Amino acid sequence: MATQNSRSAARLMLAPAVILLLGWMLVPLTMTLWFSFRKYLPLRGGDQGWVGLDNYVRFVSSSSFWPSVQTTLIIVGGVLVITVVFGVLLALLLDQPMWGQGIVRILVIAPFFVMPTVSALVWKNIFMDPVNGLFAHLWKFFGATPIEWLSQASIQSIVMIVSWQWLPFATLILLTAVQSLDGDQLEASEMDGAKPLQRFGYIILPHLARAITIVVLIQTIFLLSIFAEIFVTTGGAFGTKTLTYLIFQRVLESQNIGLGSAGGIYAVILANIVAIFLMRIVGKNLDA
Amino acid sequence: MGTITLKQVTKSFGDTQVIPPLDLQINDGEFVVFVGPSGCGKSTLLRLIAGLEDVTSGHIEIDGADATNIPPSKRGLSMVFQSYALYPHMSVRKNIAFPLKMAGIEPEIAKKKVEDAAQVLNLTDYLERRPGQLSGGQRQRVAIGRAIVREPEAFLFDEPLSNLDAALRVNMRLEISELHQELATTMIYVTHDQVEAMTMADKIVVLQAGVIEQVGSPLELYSSPANRFVAGFIGSPKMNFIEGETAAKYDAHAIGVRPEHFILSNKQTKDGWEGKVEVSEHLGSDTFFHINAGKQGVLTVRAIGEYALRHGDACWVKPDEDRIHRFDAAGLTLGS
Ligand SMILES: Nc1ncnc2c1ncn2[C@@H]1O[C@H](COP(=O)(O)OP(=O)(O)OP(=O)(O)O)[C@@H](O)[C@H]1O
Ligand SMILES: [Mg+2]
Repeated sequence: MATQNSRSAARLMLAPAVILLLGWMLVPLTMTLWFSFRKYLPLRGGDQGWVGLDNYVRFVSSSSFWPSVQTTLIIVGGVLVITVVFGVLLALLLDQPMWGQGIVRILVIAPFFVMPTVSALVWKNIFMDPVNGLFAHLWKFFGATPIEWLSQASIQSIVMIVSWQWLPFATLILLTAVQSLDGDQLEASEMDGAKPLQRFGYIILPHLARAITIVVLIQTIFLLSIFAEIFVTTGGAFGTKTLTYLIFQRVLESQNIGLGSAGGIYAVILANIVAIFLMRIVGKNLDA
Repeated sequence: MGTITLKQVTKSFGDTQVIPPLDLQINDGEFVVFVGPSGCGKSTLLRLIAGLEDVTSGHIEIDGADATNIPPSKRGLSMVFQSYALYPHMSVRKNIAFPLKMAGIEPEIAKKKVEDAAQVLNLTDYLERRPGQLSGGQRQRVAIGRAIVREPEAFLFDEPLSNLDAALRVNMRLEISELHQELATTMIYVTHDQVEAMTMADKIVVLQAGVIEQVGSPLELYSSPANRFVAGFIGSPKMNFIEGETAAKYDAHAIGVRPEHFILSNKQTKDGWEGKVEVSEHLGSDTFFHINAGKQGVLTVRAIGEYALRHGDACWVKPDEDRIHRFDAAGLTLGS
């Protein structure tokens, strides 16, 4: 979109979509904002009028607020690191010509098609069960005491489950990026004397920067709101209560819609802070 | 220094043999051009020399030492790719410095070398730009800069000018020739453009389907082609081939006469061939006539300067007897 003309045409044609999306987004957001300033207890007297910033103050001063923010960031950060690192390695591996390539690629992508609830249940009952789980058997085979995964290493377990789900997405995007690398560049660097690791560091990784940026941004958006995996496995116990989970508890378990809405607004603010922060770090890769 | 010898080198992809056994000697400081039609194996041959492809059998010697199994980076050769293959995320400076960095050369010395190369190639003003912000010709020069800083034993060029427009191509052709004069390093240059081959080469290697048809200096190939393929490939416009009765008079299966070796007249001459002008192409300095000369077929004839013959005019052409090439039925040149 280079000329003035094509730019304004583009704006005109984008308008319906933008207006629809704005409406879609603004209505729930406005309602959340509205409720966040009211005392609304559906089972204990209903909507009881304005309370100003009361809900906001109560939400933050609750002892579970800061730990939940911390948990959220740890889970998001952990999953991002694992999926990007292993995603790059898997993408490089899958790009190599090998026997049965088509089947291997489908297998790698498969976890993405499993619903979060199902995959969390599978992990919880089949792998991580301290008595009958596969890991427990493995540990016992080597004579070690089985780990009670979901209580002793709860955050790590959840990071592992969620990474397993998101690895295919990262791998897929990074694989297309690896495949789009010009073979001549690799050959030129080979002639220039770059060893395999240097070729990776100087040619392949910079080429992947843009795809990594996209993976990080998209995953962050989805990871900030993971819920099913926690609900199904630990139910928010053992320090796995994320901000999303805390809001859920406030609204449904304590039946306090006003307080939950205030939490929702905090979540929006947190998501925006993280997004701006990420854009700053990696955004320059996008406009190269 | 930069001598390269190929001994019985062959290359097959799967079952198809692209290069049948091939011998070639390239001397130090020579500018050698591989020329041939598309798909004849020029790039493959160059990549074999570079080490980017493994030979199927045979040996490659560089400086007298067997280099057949040496990896590309250790062969001391630099290559300029048709697609330039610049590193898009690095500035021009970093692109040119890359081979030095990989060789572990001190940043201070590397900086000096990069700047010298940029000076030679007129790139000093563009050192901080990215390849994406350069024109085709500038990118080409960066690719050459990256090749020269390593001070290689020999340069390999794979159709480096084919993405440039005609005027720029002529310029870059000169620049590369000048660079060769200056550095006096062996250069191997692949092209399918016979004008590039004729103007730049010390030695031309004409290839067809992986087979070397002839090796020689541009003028040798022009004046004594070994066979009908080389005769037709070198020279522009193409040589005229005449078969049948006329050729039989010369005791050959076919004779070949270059367009510039005809004497053209608009008056009847005693042993000239009579013909009719079909098309005339006026280039200013020359005029090319396509003349239908009856049983001799359609001939291309070159006349110097303007020549007043038009479509449908009768004319007489007579080949320069000393410059007739004679070929046998297999297409080989017959001795005179
Ligand atoms: N990797 C490959 N696998 C199979 N066949 C190949 C491969 N590379 C080249 N060939 C074949 O080898 C032959 C020579 O190819 P090459 O690229 O050397 O031609 P070229 O002379 O460089 O042609 P051009 O002037 O079009 O670049 C072609 O017939 C091509 O199809
Ligand atoms: Mg080629």
